[in-house]
Order: sequence, then structure tokens, then C-alpha cells
Amino acid sequence: MSSNTTDNTGYKSYLEEDGGRKGIFKWILSTDHKRIGLLYLYAMMLWFCVGVVLGLLMKLELIAPGKTLMEAQAYNATFTVHGVIMIFLIVIPGLPAVFGNFMLPIQIGAKDVAFPRLNLFSWYIYILGGILVIISLFGNGPPDTGWTFYAPYSFKTGTNMLPAALGAFVLGFSSILTGLNFIVTIHRMRAPGMTWFKMPLFPWTLYGTAWIQLLATPIIGITLLMVAGERILGIGFFDPAKGGDPLLYQHLFWIYSHPAVYIMILPAMGAISEIIPTFAKKTIFGYKAIVFSTLAIAFVGYFVWGHHMYTSGMSGAALWAFSLLTFIVAIPSAIKVFNWISTMHQGSISTEIPFLWAASFIFIFMIGGLTGLVLGSLAIDVHVHDTAFVVAHFHFIVFGGVGFAFFGAIHYWFSKIFGRKYDPSWAKTGWIIFFIGFVTLYGPMFYLGIKGMPRRYFDYLEEFHGPNIISTLGAMVMVAGFLIILVNLIKSARHGEKTTEMNPWGGTNLEWQVPTPPPLENFDEIPVIDKATYKYD
Amino acid sequence: MSESIAHHDEHRDDEASKLGIWLFIFTELLFFGGLFITYAVYRHAHPQAFHMAAQQLDVAVGTINTVILLISSMTIAMATTSIQKKDKRTTLILIGITLVLALVFLVNKYFEWSAKIDHGIWPGSPLLEELGKGDTLFFGLYFFMTGLHALHIIIGMILIIVIFVRVRKDKINFGNFQLLENGGLYWHLVDLIWIFLFPLFYLIT
Repeated sequence: MSSNTTDNTGYKSYLEEDGGRKGIFKWILSTDHKRIGLLYLYAMMLWFCVGVVLGLLMKLELIAPGKTLMEAQAYNATFTVHGVIMIFLIVIPGLPAVFGNFMLPIQIGAKDVAFPRLNLFSWYIYILGGILVIISLFGNGPPDTGWTFYAPYSFKTGTNMLPAALGAFVLGFSSILTGLNFIVTIHRMRAPGMTWFKMPLFPWTLYGTAWIQLLATPIIGITLLMVAGERILGIGFFDPAKGGDPLLYQHLFWIYSHPAVYIMILPAMGAISEIIPTFAKKTIFGYKAIVFSTLAIAFVGYFVWGHHMYTSGMSGAALWAFSLLTFIVAIPSAIKVFNWISTMHQGSISTEIPFLWAASFIFIFMIGGLTGLVLGSLAIDVHVHDTAFVVAHFHFIVFGGVGFAFFGAIHYWFSKIFGRKYDPSWAKTGWIIFFIGFVTLYGPMFYLGIKGMPRRYFDYLEEFHGPNIISTLGAMVMVAGFLIILVNLIKSARHGEKTTEMNPWGGTNLEWQVPTPPPLENFDEIPVIDKATYKYD
Repeated sequence: MSESIAHHDEHRDDEASKLGIWLFIFTELLFFGGLFITYAVYRHAHPQAFHMAAQQLDVAVGTINTVILLISSMTIAMATTSIQKKDKRTTLILIGITLVLALVFLVNKYFEWSAKIDHGIWPGSPLLEELGKGDTLFFGLYFFMTGLHALHIIIGMILIIVIFVRVRKDKINFGNFQLLENGGLYWHLVDLIWIFLFPLFYLIT
């Protein structure tokens, strides 16, 4: 990645400022929040490619009934490793680690995060977690428990699940420390005059996310340690033969892992809330409604974990309560969708690439959200539980939601980050192919699930063949779209046309008022904020 | 290096680092919280066995360890006060006492654990399986929770040793003692968790 300078001021961008280090050390020893954000981006990009390949292998296996590519055991390992990588290494750190690190300090008018060294340390922990996941692939064979590590199978399986679980534990630390850093940064380092309600929405969603990271992640940490204790010592917490209760494992697991869904989606909503007003050239509709719905999601999200366990065995009263709460948590998400649509209403919309991603995000997110309510209803869930319907639902939310917002965000902030432009026509081609592929891939799985095709099997009945073929074709199309997007972005980051344009989209936040790419500490002088953001004249 | 040095020395913010350690303490509480839930669930399922098993533990050692930790919490708090009175010598002595007390706690713990192991009680031991599910769970929780707590004692000791060295080198001083205060806060957390472990395992019988 080379760099550029504005000719008039002669400032040095963060890409040129190497801190006197050489080669890779410019990156892995730097405590600059922008470089750390990119370190996460590159690591995640590699992991994502691995995850995509594993996903594609699964879809190829499912192109026909019976064995096509792999046997049951290999398939089990594939969906487990796919899940572990995608969940723990990509979508949970996802937007906060990459764009949160890069943009949060700039958007609140700070020179860096509150604890820059801790920030770099978090990245190293992230890498360590990744290494543990890699280690789990060798030895007795990759784990085959599913990413949920459900007891009692997780301590009975002969496969190498311990390193994977410890990897998830270690990645949890990274997530906690990032969240801690962001909360302190937002509390202590907002520019003078930036009151809470003058803060842009992306930092707001990061703030809500950070609290979930901080307060929910320790639960999975201790739970995975207990599983480790079970495997290593036979301690008995989750082993029915010793009096333990596997259901307790499920509760503890989902007490974290449901809020984790909001760790994933909240910053995605934040990025969308930045993109839409910029391209509608209109003040965001209902700023405070978005803020409060963000906090409401973060809060209510703690109390809905039981909806993953309707068929596991719970009292009727608990089922009712969890179902009701699940319906309630959908309301703030719906409020946001209304806000985005209302922002566009009567705006002067320019359909640039980031806007296309944002608009398709809303479409996909709506489908994902509404099918979530289908699953939240007690009676229907009994029918579709653990079917392809669930897989389709959470891919619409987690991949459609987070993924589309991630791609939207990278196309939105690309020139600010790299000081170069991407090729818009390839970007648009990639988007449309990706979008079509995505819907073709996951759409049929709703149908398959309702018809009764279970998830996590390498084989299926002949009657499911047709929709599975469509789904696999969709997977190929989507991967083709992904490759176009990826190649376009990598090429553009290296050789794209240089730009020093500060504000190509006409955005109103502080990141558009610093040079492109930003200098080392972002601001020569900390700005004083005297008006709300998202104001267009 | 210029960039990182500039970052840290120019913008020292004691409030921020205090907020940071408080947030970290929240995560620790939830971390142990998962175990407290587990304890509650299994105590509810096996009240009689938990009652009997708890009588196997030595209340005297537990009480001594509780007193030790309470005093050590006091000495580290006093160290934070004395550094503000510019009394480096007393500060070092108080931190030293805290360290010694922490060590004594661990020694007691070691003897307590060894006694249990000598009697054939350790996680997953054959004797426990004979004794039944309630005992297995009680002693499983006992070893797991006190073990994790002991690990926190060790981490706290390492932190306090770092603080001791930094006070000696005057890096922690009258005008810059946030690390000492944060170390103290962490140590109080370790103490606080023990305050809950002690009645749950030793006293409620």
C-alpha cells in the first residue's frame, strides 16, 4: 500500500507515517487505530475466504442426495469449522474491529482510542485465537460438534474440539477488550461540544455493541472453560452420568450467543445509518429514535436467549416469556427500518455503490427479520426447528445483514482509508451478481425447511433435490460476485487512481473533514462541535 | 517508537484508566457469575448432598483465608493513601505486606487442596463417583471456583509486583499513582469474589 500527499500542506498521511519501522513492523507494532483497523481487515479477509470455500464445499455436497464430495464426518467437520470461523473470527469482531477502530476516533473528534496499546494487544489476542482454531484442524481431525459446542457431545467427541473451544474463549477476550476500549473512548474522548446527542449514529451503535461485548462475552468464556474442565478432568458439570445438566450448557451458551447476534448487527445498522442520509442528502429521520432503539436492542437482547431452546425442554411459562420478549426485540429493529425509509422519502437520492449495498441491506434484513418472528412463534418453531429454514433465516440476518453492511461500509469509506478510488462499474457488477446469488442461495432453503429438510446433514431425501440444485447454483453465482468485489477492492487499494478529495460523497460527519487519507493523529487541532450532524443545506 | 510514546505520555487520562478497570471488573463479575448460576442450579437439585459435602471443608482454614484477604485489601488501600502523602517507604512496606498475605493465602489453599486430594477427592476421581452426583458436583464446583479464584490471586500478585517495582523506580509517585489505584481495585475484586465463595462452600451447611 503506497501513499500520497496533498501538495499544498505537505502533511504526512497515516500510511506514510511509519514510526521509524520497516516492512511488516510498520503494521504489527503500530498503535495507530487506523492501522490496527486495517490489520483486522486483512486478517478477516483471509478468514472470510476460507469460510466461503468451506461454505461452497457444503453446497456442492448438497447438489445431489447421497455422497457427492464428502462423507458425513467430513461434512460435520466442514459445517463446524465454517461456523466457528464465520461467527467467532469474522462477524463478531466484524464491523467494530475494522470500521469501529478506523472511524470511531475520527467520528468523535479524537486522536486515537483511549488505550492504543491495549487496542494492538486485542489484535494479537485475535490472531492467537485464530491460531488455536487452525490447530484444531490437525491431530484427531477437525471438530464436528457444530459451532455451538453443545454438551454432552462436545466432551464425548473424539475430534479435536478443545483447541477450537479455547480459540473461541481467547477471541472472546479480544472482543471484551475492544468493547472496553470503545466505551472508555466514547465517554472520555468526544470532541468539545459533542454532547451525547450530537454524536453520529455509527459511534452510538458501537457504544451499544461495546456494552454487550463487555457484559455478555464473559458468560461464554466461563462456559467454554467449564467444557474444557469437562474434557480434561471429567469434572461433571454438563455430564448427566455425573449429575450435570446439558440443558444448563445450552442456557449458558445462548445467554452469550444470542446477544452476540446483536454484537454483529448493531454496528451494521450504524453503518447503514451513516450511508443512507449521505446519499439521500437528507437529515436522518428520527435520530433519537435510532439511538434509543439501539440501546433497547442491546438491553432486551439479553433476555431472549431461550428462543433457541423451544424444543430442548423448558417450562411452558418460560416458553411464553421468551416468545413474547422475542417479539418485543423485533420492534426497535423495525423502528430503524422505518427511519431509514423515511430518511429516503423525498430525499435527492444518488444511487452510488454504497447506497446500493445499503438499500439491498434493508431488503435482505427485512426478510431475515420477519422470518425471525416466524421462528419466534412457539408453535411454528416446533415444526421448523433445526431445519434449513433456520439456516436460511440466520444467513439472511448474519450474512445478509452484517455482510451487506460490511461491503457497503468498505465501499463508502474506501477512498478515505486508502486514498484511492475503486472502479465503480466493477463494483456495481459485483454487487448485482452477489445480490442475485445470495437470494438464489438462501431463498430456496426457506422452502426446504418448511418442507422438513433438516440442517446439518450431508444427505437428504430425493424430494428435496430440485430446490437444492437452485441453492447450489446460487452459491456459485454469489461466490463469483464475491470474487469480483474482492479483486476490484484489492486491485484498487494497490493501484487505483489516487485521490485526496476530502469529501467525495458529501457526508456531514467529521471523517469527511479530515484529509484523505487521514494524518497520523487525525486532527491538527481537536475540532469544536457546535451543531448536530446530518445537516444538509 | 516516536508515535507510541507521544500517544501515551502526552494524553494521560487517569479518569479513563479508572473507568477502564471498572469495566474490566464488571466482566470479571459476570465471568464468575456463570459459575454462581451453575452453583445455584446444582445446589437446588442436590440440597442434601451439598449440605453434607460442605461439612467436609475446614471452616477454620476458610476463615483464616478470609481474614487474610480482608487485611490485604486494607493494606493495598492504605498504600494508595500513603503514596498520596508522598510516603514512598510506607507505600512499599504496605504493598509488600499485601504480597506476603497473598502468598500465605495460596499456601493455605495448597494445603487445603492437598488434604482433599489425599482423601481421594479431586475432579473426576473414582471416590467422588462412588459418593454420588451431589458430591461430584459440589467438589467439582469447589475445585473449579476456588482454582479459578486462586488463578486470579496469582494474576493479582504479578500485577502488584509490577506496581511494587514501579513505585521503587518512582514511576508511580505522588502525582501519578493511577496504576496503584487500579491494582488495588482489582485486588478488591479478588477479595470480593472470595467473600462470596467462603459462605457458599464453607458456611452454608
